[in-house]
Amino acid sequence: MGLLDFFKKKGSGNIAKDRLKLVLVSDRANCSPEIMEQIKNDIIAVISKYIEIDQEGLDIKITQMESESNNGVVPALFANIPIKDLKSSKK
Amino acid sequence: MGEVIVVTSGKGGVGKTTTTANVGTGLAMLGKKVVLIDTDIGLRNLDVVMGLENRIVYNLVDVIEGNCRIRNALIKDKRYPNLYLLPSAQTRDKNSVSPEQMKKLADELREEFDYILMDCPAGIEQGFKNAIAGADRALVVTTPEVSAVRDADRIIGLLEANDVSQIHLVVNRIRMDMVKRGDMMSSEDVCEILAIDLIGVVPDDENIVIATNQGEPLVGSDSLAGRAYMNICSRIEGEDVPFLDLNEKNGIFSKLFGKRKK
Repeated sequence: MGLLDFFKKKGSGNIAKDRLKLVLVSDRANCSPEIMEQIKNDIIAVISKYIEIDQEGLDIKITQMESESNNGVVPALFANIPIKDLKSSKK
Repeated sequence: MGEVIVVTSGKGGVGKTTTTANVGTGLAMLGKKVVLIDTDIGLRNLDVVMGLENRIVYNLVDVIEGNCRIRNALIKDKRYPNLYLLPSAQTRDKNSVSPEQMKKLADELREEFDYILMDCPAGIEQGFKNAIAGADRALVVTTPEVSAVRDADRIIGLLEANDVSQIHLVVNRIRMDMVKRGDMMSSEDVCEILAIDLIGVVPDDENIVIATNQGEPLVGSDSLAGRAYMNICSRIEGEDVPFLDLNEKNGIFSKLFGKRKK
């Protein structure tokens, strides 16, 4: 069983399934790359008021996550925002 | 009153026409009166898959434009007297027909036939809109590949937006050897992703190529794919048929004794 699991995890079929799940979340959300870019720029503008962030390293995407109430899997906007200078935020 | 079923997929080359030919022929074998309509104007194919390409006189656009009566354009199948084909036009384009006209045609055919099967073109443009216009039910065909499943998902969204109430999934060209070693999504995987009811799983079977070469649908034959198509027909008829064990041909025993089964 352990061996079977090992192969299942590595199989390209599961890679395909995971990739599809992700791409379909953003397809279904009907979120165009232009809108995503606007959201990204707005987030940069808002957060930059308070903290110096790495604008190049900022990454946002629509993905899926387990809902905390028991609705199962729900779409979520995931943002990875690296902070450049935390000191200035203490001001 | 007959039922209008559209066979669609979004992506090209996943087996819409083959599915239409086999499901249509299978329903005729079950004693139903069936008409197959090739809605792919400009890229006519259902006629050659059915082996009826030499009998075409009039086509879909002729009927729509009133150049002939419906009965003049319908080609009677050479194997089953209750099976007909309405071929597409080869020299026209998709804008020759409107969704309203297709719906009207479908409603006329409902009076006379038990099943009207629309073979939809690839894509989501005019041809797709024409094909789904009068449909009560959709068979969404996909293969277990990321591109085909993604397109199928888009199609399902469009079908729902156009009030096609029953949407069923056909997973085509499954290779059980690849599924077993984890290198292909299983029909369950595809079904889980697309979240619609599964109505058929058709294995990748070289008999399909042979049958298409000969212009003979293979539904009803003893091949795995032939049986898979027949099961889809029974399920359309409302029967609760268990899914085939697609592994059987890969076993050493069935390879050795496969012939005996017949």
